[in-house]
Amino acid sequence: MRERDKIMGRIRAALRSPAPRPGAHGAVAHTLPAGTASAGSIQQWLPPGGETFAEQVEHFRARSTELKTDFQMLASAEEALAKLAKIADAEKWRRVATHQGELPTAIVSRLGLPVLNTTGGYDVHELEACDAGITACEALVAQTGSVIVTSRDSGGRALSVLPPHHVVLARREQLVRDLSAGFDRVRTKYAANYPSMISVVTGPSRTGDIERILVLGAHGPKKLTILCW
Amino acid sequence: MAADLRHRGLVQSALGKYEAARDARKAAFHDWQGARQLAAETKWEAINHLDEHLESFVAKLEARGTKVHWAGTAEQAREIILGIIREKNARSIIKSKAMTAEEIHLNDALEKAGHEVVESDLGEFIVQLRHEPPYHIVFPAMHLTRGEISELFAKELGSAPTDSPEELTMIARRALRKKYLSSDIGITGANFAIAETGMVSITENEGNARLTAAVPKTMITLLGIEKILPKLSDLALFLPMLATAGAGQALTCYNTLYGGPKQPDECDGPREWHVVLLDNHRTELLADAEQRDALHCIRCGACLNVCPVFRNVGGHTYGTTYSGPIGSVITPHLRGLQDWKHLSNASSLCGACTEACPVKIDLHHHLLQNRRNAAAQKPSFFERLGYRIFAVVANRPRVYRLAKVLGRGLQPLLVLVKGSRLDPARAWTQTRELPPLAPKSFKELWKGRP
Repeated sequence: MRERDKIMGRIRAALRSPAPRPGAHGAVAHTLPAGTASAGSIQQWLPPGGETFAEQVEHFRARSTELKTDFQMLASAEEALAKLAKIADAEKWRRVATHQGELPTAIVSRLGLPVLNTTGGYDVHELEACDAGITACEALVAQTGSVIVTSRDSGGRALSVLPPHHVVLARREQLVRDLSAGFDRVRTKYAANYPSMISVVTGPSRTGDIERILVLGAHGPKKLTILCW
Repeated sequence: MAADLRHRGLVQSALGKYEAARDARKAAFHDWQGARQLAAETKWEAINHLDEHLESFVAKLEARGTKVHWAGTAEQAREIILGIIREKNARSIIKSKAMTAEEIHLNDALEKAGHEVVESDLGEFIVQLRHEPPYHIVFPAMHLTRGEISELFAKELGSAPTDSPEELTMIARRALRKKYLSSDIGITGANFAIAETGMVSITENEGNARLTAAVPKTMITLLGIEKILPKLSDLALFLPMLATAGAGQALTCYNTLYGGPKQPDECDGPREWHVVLLDNHRTELLADAEQRDALHCIRCGACLNVCPVFRNVGGHTYGTTYSGPIGSVITPHLRGLQDWKHLSNASSLCGACTEACPVKIDLHHHLLQNRRNAAAQKPSFFERLGYRIFAVVANRPRVYRLAKVLGRGLQPLLVLVKGSRLDPARAWTQTRELPPLAPKSFKELWKGRP
């Protein structure tokens, strides 16, 4: 506790003198006056995400193309299953990993492949050897083409990042306009009992560390597929 | 680096690509300037009420089973981390990119204590193999070509040479996968600390931080006390701004919030999570109200990318953890004004950094203030004497003319003492040529015009 008190003491002493207000060269204040950029909603500054459902789908599709995410808007769970079976066939999946949950349980069990279920615990080497991780999500964000996954309802921390292909199963009502709305969904659902990990995933894993040239699949999944119906 | 044209070309072409991408992303905002002002105000609120926000952050973290440690100095932070590693009897450690860890020279300390630490970010992994510090706070290996990296991997990892960035990335991926699965401890940094919910947010593209925070049994996160943001919803602004200003992306691939170790109803994650809060002179910078906004920095690197000095001298020339304009502003506060005041002189005060900063730090004025403070704290006798003599000469035309004639007459003799202690222009001529004085002054040319 001693070091904590020392640091907090230094902070309080330092803050006795007021600092110049942001963007106002020299004028100092202890609090910000009303009517600054903080007033109103942040949507007035940020990139748009679309107002109607159709617009939001278009935004999500455009962002997905840029990010090299495979985004499929489908009519039913049956179509999603058919699509998944096709990918499994094309990529010659031998074993997939998933978790307990309404969407994954309904779809993955009918795929006819051996399944590793992470719910309740798993061996990390076995997970690493799986060809795909199939998860549910909290929300799809139209503004940025992102998927929000959590440790609680997407099968833990590693399932969505360790296998080489991450497949997200989502319902159309999970599509939201922007990041603010996405965080609101998480807040409303979990209130004070947040999952220990909340991740906003935007495209497959990537790096530009060698000559600023884009390479997919740096450490996480090389492919990200989103099946939404 | 200034004289190494190949190196300069490499850095400038990388930054050229960055600029084009960044401009396209800025244009997607409804109003980038409004977003900057809001970001500046949000960070201003966080820093100017830092005590309240930190207390909330820590209370929320502790309530969910996280151990919070406070480190006043770099040495204390190293001791805390070493203590955890010893207690766990850890053999190998995996680390995701953290500038704060560079600041406290963590890897050196861990290696000296006999622990193996592996950097998992691709760029950091490369510079670690070269035993070099990161070249840039966001792009650690931007000074290297694929050929150099291929040679390095062949030598250090025994891989076959290749000129494909994709194959090089896969070589690193394979080497590091084994490390994730066998490491006892994962160490990360953090980009933001959310006071309202007691969470840290980590931004990355590769997925290495996600894996570092998922697989090992113990997780350690080191962050500066200034990383605070008041609310979870603030991230809806800061994540896109960091990605846009930092790398010209709409959003970085993984932005992940951590609020505790593995919870009872979860299937994986570390059993223990230690959060180390670092001061290391940040409270001194906080006490300087004039430059307090330097603590708003979100380490995006935008000021480095646009700085004409950085673009020509390169990241390693600074000899500091944080390079570029923000490094020149804060290093004198972190490591001593008199030892690091020269950084503030290596600036044309063009203001490109201030213009690029997503949280509106008044960077180029702070460089000017550092110069003023350094001169006020320790005035240079010779500098003052020099300017006094110059004033006498420049104010008296006859003396000036005499000085001109003497200068022209004596300059050829300078060759005899060039660079030695007798040379009055030694500070310059040690490493450079002194251009000859013009044979005729402007006044003489004007008189002799046809």
